[in-house]
Amino acid sequence: MIWQLDLAILTLVVVTAIGAIAVKDLLGSAILFGAYSFMMCLLWSIMGAVDVAFTEASVGAGVSTVFFVAAVFRTTRRTKD
Amino acid sequence: MRALGIIVVILTGAVLLYALGDFPSWADPTSPAHKHVSPAYIEKSLEQTSVPNIVTAVLADYRGYDTMFETTVIFGAGVVCFFLLRTPRKDRARVRRYRHVLTGMTIRVKETRKTPLVLEEFERIDTLWAPHDLIIKTACRILIPFIQLFALYVIAHGHHSPGGGFQGGVILGASLILLAISHDLRTALGRMSERLHAILCPIGVFIYAGTGALCLALGFNFLDYGALARILHVDPVTARSHGILIVEIGVGLAVMATMVWIYSNISSKGKYDEGL
Amino acid sequence: MSNLLSSIVDNYNYLIYIILMMIGLYAMIAKKNLVKKIVGMNVLQTAIILFYVSIGAKKGATIPIIQHGHGEGAHEMGASVIKAAEYINPLPHVLMLTAIVVAVATLGVALALAIKVYDRYQTLEEDEILAQIREK
Repeated sequence: MIWQLDLAILTLVVVTAIGAIAVKDLLGSAILFGAYSFMMCLLWSIMGAVDVAFTEASVGAGVSTVFFVAAVFRTTRRTKD
Repeated sequence: MRALGIIVVILTGAVLLYALGDFPSWADPTSPAHKHVSPAYIEKSLEQTSVPNIVTAVLADYRGYDTMFETTVIFGAGVVCFFLLRTPRKDRARVRRYRHVLTGMTIRVKETRKTPLVLEEFERIDTLWAPHDLIIKTACRILIPFIQLFALYVIAHGHHSPGGGFQGGVILGASLILLAISHDLRTALGRMSERLHAILCPIGVFIYAGTGALCLALGFNFLDYGALARILHVDPVTARSHGILIVEIGVGLAVMATMVWIYSNISSKGKYDEGL
Repeated sequence: MSNLLSSIVDNYNYLIYIILMMIGLYAMIAKKNLVKKIVGMNVLQTAIILFYVSIGAKKGATIPIIQHGHGEGAHEMGASVIKAAEYINPLPHVLMLTAIVVAVATLGVALALAIKVYDRYQTLEEDEILAQIREK
């Protein structure tokens, strides 16, 4: 395991997680959540968990983001906090 | 609320950090997680089930009971979304919008039962309408059969490569969601109607539980796929491999139907007339 | 104390997993918007799955798919060829596959509930909903 790559992707994961819950626009929050999910998938492929990475790539970065965007479309996009 | 949140987070984080001192160091081959059951799974799975992908063998054969109830859980989630959001047909006002293709004028037509509606130069639009986008529609129409072919490959090849029932089912559902997004929801519902969703989802669960019950009826344990050796005329080890394939197909069907069902309920708010 | 500190520096990735879990937990408690709470719930779930899968890693081991394993007569190769130390532990992967699928099912139900709340109260902020309930 290359620790430089590991540390870089872990930093990106933390940054996107903080970004997803701090942004004031709900659509931006949904897209950042998709990016967070995809970084998780990369972490798992580095660790050798290929089945889990495949599932997270299709479920998290695919279907989950679409559900969020559909729900934000049907409710409201602005938020105060 | 924010202060309470910070206090709870700091307390929980402190407790977890205190427990960090007792963890085995990372990727240590002698840590206790690698000692008890896992070596038996790794060494015996190929000779007992003839499936090279150990994760698929453990998921569908050694721990098949968990996977059956997980399929039931995802079917239950689809049913819950349906019950929460779906509004029955007679509560909605039947007003359709049409747009004249040549001049761009839109009309609203209240649909009655008496007069059939034939409008040649008009196209049907939604409340939030975007113009016909040739590039997106053509590209998606070309891509969707290949996505579905890849999903079927992932389900069938789950024995030898990463993949299996869930992944293939989700990719199949995603291809239908792509059809619903690039065209409109009515096109996707025309390809795969709501009644077909509601029938395919329990059929997937039924295939899984039915295989287990079939093994029980033949005199073996529940979900013991060696019982299928007599029906399929192979030796018991290959029968376990075929049993894993059958239950993966069941799981893939259930997951695909649920993903499209939840998407069409969420994006149309239960009314099934217009989508994203 | 110094033992704790040195073990924290050695296992820096466990520290980051704990930080991720705490971010998700804080979002679930302290944020007022319902969709942000749902995002926090999913961040917490994926952070726990990450922690669990990282337990199964082994140094110098390969992915848990046995090479030269297909074709007829594969099951006759026997246990003499396969050693448990050269394959990554598959058991956490199996349990976490179930967890990921349950997470997406929970996400679907939570978003359906949020849509219903918005239909009823015309807002997704928690304090405005509580104010509307109290003044009835």
